[in-house]
Amino acid sequence: MNYIPITDAQRELMLARIGVASVDELYADLPDAVLLDNAPDVYGGMSEIDLRARLDALSAANFAAHEYVSFAGAGCYDHYVPAFIDYLLRRPEFFTAYTPYQPEVSQGTLQAIYEYQTGICELTGMDVANASMYDGATALVEAAFMTMRLTRGKRTVMLVSEALHPEKLETLETYASSGLIDPVYVPVTEELVTDAQAFADLLAQHVGQIAAVLLPYPNFYGIIEDVSPLIAAAKDAGAYVVLDTNPIMLGILKRPGTLGADIVVGEGQPLGSAMSFGGPGLGYFACTQKCVRQIPGRLVGRTTDIDGNQGYVLTMSTREQHIRREKATSNICSNHALNALAAGMYLAAVGSGGLKDIATDCMTKAHYLRDKLLSTGLFALSAASNDRQQAFGYEFALRYIGEHDLSDWHAELLMRGYLAGVILDASNDSNDALVLFAVTEKRTRAEVDAFVSEVKDLG
Amino acid sequence: MADTTSNHQSDYQINYRGPRQTIYDLSVEGRSCLQAPQSELPQLDASAISGLADYLADSTEGPSLPHVTETDIMRHYTHLASMNFSVDQGMYPLGSCTMKYNPRLNEDAARLPGIANLHPYQSTSSAQGALQMMYELQNDLAEIAGFAATCLQPSAGAHGEYAALMAFRAAHLARTDGATARTKVIIPDTAHGTNPASVAMAGYDTVTVPSNADGLVDLDALRELLNEDVAAFMLTNPNTVGLFEPRIIEINEAVHAVGAFSYCDGANLNAILGMSRPGDSGFDALHINLHKTFSTPHGGGGPGAGPICVSAELAPFLPGPIVDYDAEDDQYTLTMPERSIGRVRSFYGNVSVMARAWTYIRALGGDGLRDVGRQAVLSANYLRVLLEKHYQLAFPGVCMHEFVLTGKPFKDATGVRTLDVAKRLLDYGFHPPTIYFPLLVDEAMMIEPTETESLADLDAFADAMIAIATELETDSETLHAAPYTTPVRRLDEEAAVRNPDLRWRKQ
Amino acid sequence: MATPTDRKYSADHEWVLVDGDQATIGITKHASEQLGSVVFVDLPDIGDSFETSEVFGEVESVKSVSELIIPVAGEIIAANEALEDAPETVNDDPYGDGWIVRIRLDDAGDLENLMDAAAYDASLP
Repeated sequence: MNYIPITDAQRELMLARIGVASVDELYADLPDAVLLDNAPDVYGGMSEIDLRARLDALSAANFAAHEYVSFAGAGCYDHYVPAFIDYLLRRPEFFTAYTPYQPEVSQGTLQAIYEYQTGICELTGMDVANASMYDGATALVEAAFMTMRLTRGKRTVMLVSEALHPEKLETLETYASSGLIDPVYVPVTEELVTDAQAFADLLAQHVGQIAAVLLPYPNFYGIIEDVSPLIAAAKDAGAYVVLDTNPIMLGILKRPGTLGADIVVGEGQPLGSAMSFGGPGLGYFACTQKCVRQIPGRLVGRTTDIDGNQGYVLTMSTREQHIRREKATSNICSNHALNALAAGMYLAAVGSGGLKDIATDCMTKAHYLRDKLLSTGLFALSAASNDRQQAFGYEFALRYIGEHDLSDWHAELLMRGYLAGVILDASNDSNDALVLFAVTEKRTRAEVDAFVSEVKDLG
Repeated sequence: MADTTSNHQSDYQINYRGPRQTIYDLSVEGRSCLQAPQSELPQLDASAISGLADYLADSTEGPSLPHVTETDIMRHYTHLASMNFSVDQGMYPLGSCTMKYNPRLNEDAARLPGIANLHPYQSTSSAQGALQMMYELQNDLAEIAGFAATCLQPSAGAHGEYAALMAFRAAHLARTDGATARTKVIIPDTAHGTNPASVAMAGYDTVTVPSNADGLVDLDALRELLNEDVAAFMLTNPNTVGLFEPRIIEINEAVHAVGAFSYCDGANLNAILGMSRPGDSGFDALHINLHKTFSTPHGGGGPGAGPICVSAELAPFLPGPIVDYDAEDDQYTLTMPERSIGRVRSFYGNVSVMARAWTYIRALGGDGLRDVGRQAVLSANYLRVLLEKHYQLAFPGVCMHEFVLTGKPFKDATGVRTLDVAKRLLDYGFHPPTIYFPLLVDEAMMIEPTETESLADLDAFADAMIAIATELETDSETLHAAPYTTPVRRLDEEAAVRNPDLRWRKQ
Repeated sequence: MATPTDRKYSADHEWVLVDGDQATIGITKHASEQLGSVVFVDLPDIGDSFETSEVFGEVESVKSVSELIIPVAGEIIAANEALEDAPETVNDDPYGDGWIVRIRLDDAGDLENLMDAAAYDASLP
């Protein structure tokens, strides 16, 4: 199968018009040593019918969330995606279009991004949102780099909570390894929150050097930390405040703008994107007006055309790589526009009250599951010495104290039709035997009850 | 004037719909679309949770989102769609962007339930289908490009550039036991803007090497810049004026002679697909834009994917995790390369984009991919020959998959700019070429038809370009004010920057 | 507009108006015309010091950016904050209200390397 519409006879005609005898002549600039004699050794040439069967077989070789009941989150969630979204995403005018560089024939994409930017500003309480980043991890990294530029490179230390998603920390560490920013990590307490005392000590140790503090809201363990005192201390130290957020929880929580954040980022996959084994997700990125000159990525603005009609354009593009090159605010070009489109649709579908209801529903079920799991006696709170409850949203971590090897336990429950959360890094002592559970609005009471029965049965 | 100049009725002209209010303007309090499910559980009173009360939004300060129904949403976005140009509507000859047809089977592949519903942290044994697909794609891309290993994690071309530069940094440090990663990266003046921007993010300084009069790397100038402080040289090959560097082997030997790595920006891989492998030219690494060469859709700006392929020396430094295969247990696994630079994003990359590219490769096979490269080059040369009598080529002679015209002669003669020609093409039902890039060429128009355009469509595009060339001579006023048939006309970009309106607000 | 004769000019199209040990710096009419309509001026912080030929800021139009290169070494003692709200002043009055920074000169001898108005005019294409 191929998608070339030109026949052999037409090729002869084209060659004659060009005035060469063969296509090979068009490759005359290539040294013989780099020309292949034969096609690469890649299997293919399948008919669509055979290929479809092969695809179905590969799909069936996975055991996925439509076949089991998922209690896994940890940065990628089994939220409901409204049916209409994929119908719209499959419109070729959206998905087969290029980046909207010719605004006259890209108003659909541009207006949709403008509306998405509006939605992200509303969620975060920020003034400006960009057209999207790759994912939550790269959005966090870009925020760190942005604060380094905002302080004109005079401040390079980033005070980073270790209660952020570990893969976000790992990504930040990769980007920091070229020496442009210097992350300093604030440890997590036994109660799985950012260590406030350590935070204060580190702030004091790096006076005048800290460009930003990077804090989670909620954190990786689902906990809504008491971030206000940390934000106040950071501001006193002249640092920018970057909050990493969950977009569903922003339907119920006080907005980051109200809390004093300067930059708000997060993983937008819960807003209408499939899990897809972790990608593509959506990095959303928003900031206050005073930071806008240093924002990375594309921005869409509203203006008028020569007839006075309202229209949309990519704007403030002197920040970007195609104009500013090595001094650009980021190297990003392609972003995750289609996921942003889905997010804009999702926010329109739920509306203000709807997002709060969904967040509340997730929280209701998550609290129900946690209480039931604790009542089995097979789980304990993370801090052995302290049973103080930490406020959480729809995700929580418990310590498994049953008798099974945890990975065997997890595998057995999957056999029984449940993805029993995510086992946290067993090599990290402080997290030993912690399991992180997420409960979305898709889960029912009956599913939770049945899962807890299986957990009890297994022991 | 619009009445007399908007009369290019043909099969190619597109009927767009005009401007529309935003979805926020459609909002009517009390309506909704998606609701939370009816719960059998009593709703949680979040304010009663200790420590949470201070962080709950009160009724006045939560997000203000539209109150609309599903019908509103469908009509709204359907209207927005009808204001867009897309590959499915017509030819999109954007140079360096490879806007080929996006096969529909690929879309179904991306949405297979076993892929779309897969959680990244479930056990690898329960994700063997996805991992096998990714493993095969890693190997296929390495074979197609002529390298030892592939990492699929980068999300776009620029992300791949960055990842490879960090691998170079790590390899230099390894070679010198941590003594130096070197400080400079050389790029040609024709490079994509992402190259210098990625160089900066990787902590290197950019040094620019000029092109020669033929639009190729000036090898003598390059040699003068090369020294022990140079970490890498980045080159797009075929380059951004559509020419293959004939001295590529010497170029890469010169780069290697000072211990630097040579990077290939793979944006233009389509030209040599199945005909030549960048690894065989002596490059140490390249990124592949799956959303260009391997037919995955651009999505109005993404998501794409920018896997990187590297030599054996660099393989241990790749970002990760990558997919491995344990033949003994017949299991696909996720592993971190031995001396990995670490991850460059969360999870494993844009898996649904990989599924599309895998499907494309299985449809075409090695022979089919070779046909793609050959047809892309043939179609570009055909268009070049049709147009070179009417427009000036920036670099005469045979091209690869794209060629560059310069609008300088007509700008000097008539005052009409390349921008005007581009806007006028919109009235004829074609997307314009890439314009004002590369920076090296005055008033540049960079045309890449791709292999998926029919002969009739190539001819029709050439006819439109030739008709505009005639208008240039006789009616330059018309061109200055084009387009006439689009949802909006030329937009005031200066006002957009001066008074930024970046989000909707209630009037 | 005639090029003012009360000041010195650099090859980077900037002017320097000296007043004792201080100097005011801006861009020339020619530079502002080449750039087109200015939409943003990135100003340095008060107290920053620059060696001759260092970049001390940027001037942006809609689709281009030009670096500001300091013609003579010195310490920034004032920046034209009015440009934050009205960057177009650089186009409207490049030699007056469109000034960019005021510096304390490190070495008045640096001024000798600059052109006078006649020489600058002669250097333009």
